[in-house]
Amino acid sequence: MISLIRLIALRELKSLFLSPLAWAILTVTQIILCYQFLSQLESYLQLQSKLSVLENSPGITDLVISPLLAGAAIILLLIVPLLTMRLISEEQKNQTLALLFSAPVSMSQIIIGKYLGVLGFLMILLLMVALMPLSLLLGTAVDLGQLLSALLGLFLILASFTAAGLYMSTLTRQPAIAAVSSFGLLFFLWIINWAGVNSGTAGRGESVLSWFSLLNHFEPLLKGVFSSADIIYYLLFISLFLVLSIRRLERLRLPH
Amino acid sequence: MEHELLIEVSHLSRHFSTNQMSDQSAYITAVDDISFNLKRGEILGFLGPNGAGKSTTMQMLTGNLAPSHGSIKIGGVDLMDRPIEAKAMMGYLPDTPPLYKELCVDEYLSYCARLNQIPKAGLQQAIDTTKERCGLMDHGQRIINNLSKGYQQRVGIAQAIIHSPDIVILDEPTVGLDPIQMIAIRKLIKELGKTHSVMLSSHILPEIQAICDNVQIINQGQLVFSASIDQLNQHMQTYSIRMSCQYSVDIQLIAALEEVKSVEQLKSNDSQGDSIRIHCFQNNPSHKDSLQFKSQQQSAVSELAQQLVSMAEQQAWGLYEIYAEKRSLEDIFMSLTCIDSGAGKQDLKQGDLLD
Repeated sequence: MISLIRLIALRELKSLFLSPLAWAILTVTQIILCYQFLSQLESYLQLQSKLSVLENSPGITDLVISPLLAGAAIILLLIVPLLTMRLISEEQKNQTLALLFSAPVSMSQIIIGKYLGVLGFLMILLLMVALMPLSLLLGTAVDLGQLLSALLGLFLILASFTAAGLYMSTLTRQPAIAAVSSFGLLFFLWIINWAGVNSGTAGRGESVLSWFSLLNHFEPLLKGVFSSADIIYYLLFISLFLVLSIRRLERLRLPH
Repeated sequence: MEHELLIEVSHLSRHFSTNQMSDQSAYITAVDDISFNLKRGEILGFLGPNGAGKSTTMQMLTGNLAPSHGSIKIGGVDLMDRPIEAKAMMGYLPDTPPLYKELCVDEYLSYCARLNQIPKAGLQQAIDTTKERCGLMDHGQRIINNLSKGYQQRVGIAQAIIHSPDIVILDEPTVGLDPIQMIAIRKLIKELGKTHSVMLSSHILPEIQAICDNVQIINQGQLVFSASIDQLNQHMQTYSIRMSCQYSVDIQLIAALEEVKSVEQLKSNDSQGDSIRIHCFQNNPSHKDSLQFKSQQQSAVSELAQQLVSMAEQQAWGLYEIYAEKRSLEDIFMSLTCIDSGAGKQDLKQGDLLD
């Protein structure tokens, strides 16, 4: 059971690295985030003398690390659909799904395996992003608790992106359509809390909408506020889309 | 053990709706109420024209499509109830080999082997044996994408047999292979048939005749013929003899022979010589079922052929070709699918040739 999931996940990870896409994604994300990191560090150094006068002033974790990881989430919102688009739709297109369907493997093993494969890749990416804030330890003290909570938040939001992207990939044979629709879905869930924000009369409806926002649950974690409600939100989000994907895969075999 | 049923299919049907938007629209029936069994150590050929439902049936047998009606039992295990157990007993090569083209042959086969739960200890041996069987020994490190179509087909077959399953299901296994590879693959299938059950589909009749023990002909989703290969050969018998000579032939002389029903002169390309077709008895579909009658007729046909040879020699016709004609697969399809119009069709064909 577990070994089959691991097998499928490892093959997915391997295929990712056999295509130039994975390397391109790693490079581009790293360059952009490095630039952001360095420019934020620069402005922090300029402000440092003024900040030191203030009482209770925000530290380097608030001013450099949190914006960096928030930026990483936005970049990855664009990138994760590119990673998940091929998962099922390409197999359907190349008719390789028959290999998995005729092997003694269950649908949930296929979905979870593929999900974990992409998640493994994102863990590598996350690790490389985390190296930047960790490098600050060489020169200064960093609020490690807040860093961990922010990294956990980034991980959960990436895991949610992946689950939604995987589901979109089961819906179509065209990887490009899977990418566009998962990008659309994720972006919509990102900005869903905009409704009512500017009207100043936030009613019940708006607060429900903002509860659905992926961003709303990420921000507290960035600030170091660890609330189980946020964690549960992400876990529910991930399980929902994984279950939907499994059901969709089973439906592929049924008579229309 | 000898006659253990490995596949039991009963009343299997599959519909496709023509329009996915509306559920109530017209259905296309790809497979219509098919039932058959497959025993251990048997090679079953699945013949049919394009779009007859061969691939759909195989996809249902391997769990790639769920049937609309009917049940499938694999080695006594119901495919719907316990799919994992049932699928473990099968190897399947779809019409498009399911290859991950970015992997090399060894990596791909090791992935397939482990998907089919071959323990790590026996993994390397399973890969090596399979590669040897499929003639892939020198291609282990090649990227699948760079292999020729024939070799990709071999990798597809290797994938289906790597876990030595009880049942091997091959959908048009020799498509895209050169003649030498074809012979090798046929030999491989025959060898597999000794220990496993093999079911293969094809639209090439000689291939089926060369490999299979039993034949099923499927047309428009329905099983129209299901018998052993010998019975199929009987079906192909036409009781007519084709004879070609260098000089002109006295047709009256031949027509006077006892068994001859009619003689037909065929147009020959060169001005000299004759090519004729001799019909013995009647090509009557109503006699089709009587095996005894058929074998009697067959021996009469060979006797007649001998008479013709000696006659040609006496008359110095310059005989250079004589053979008992066989019906083509198309003719068999025609006679099986539209038995009523079978006789009419035969006449039409003769008319065409006489023009």
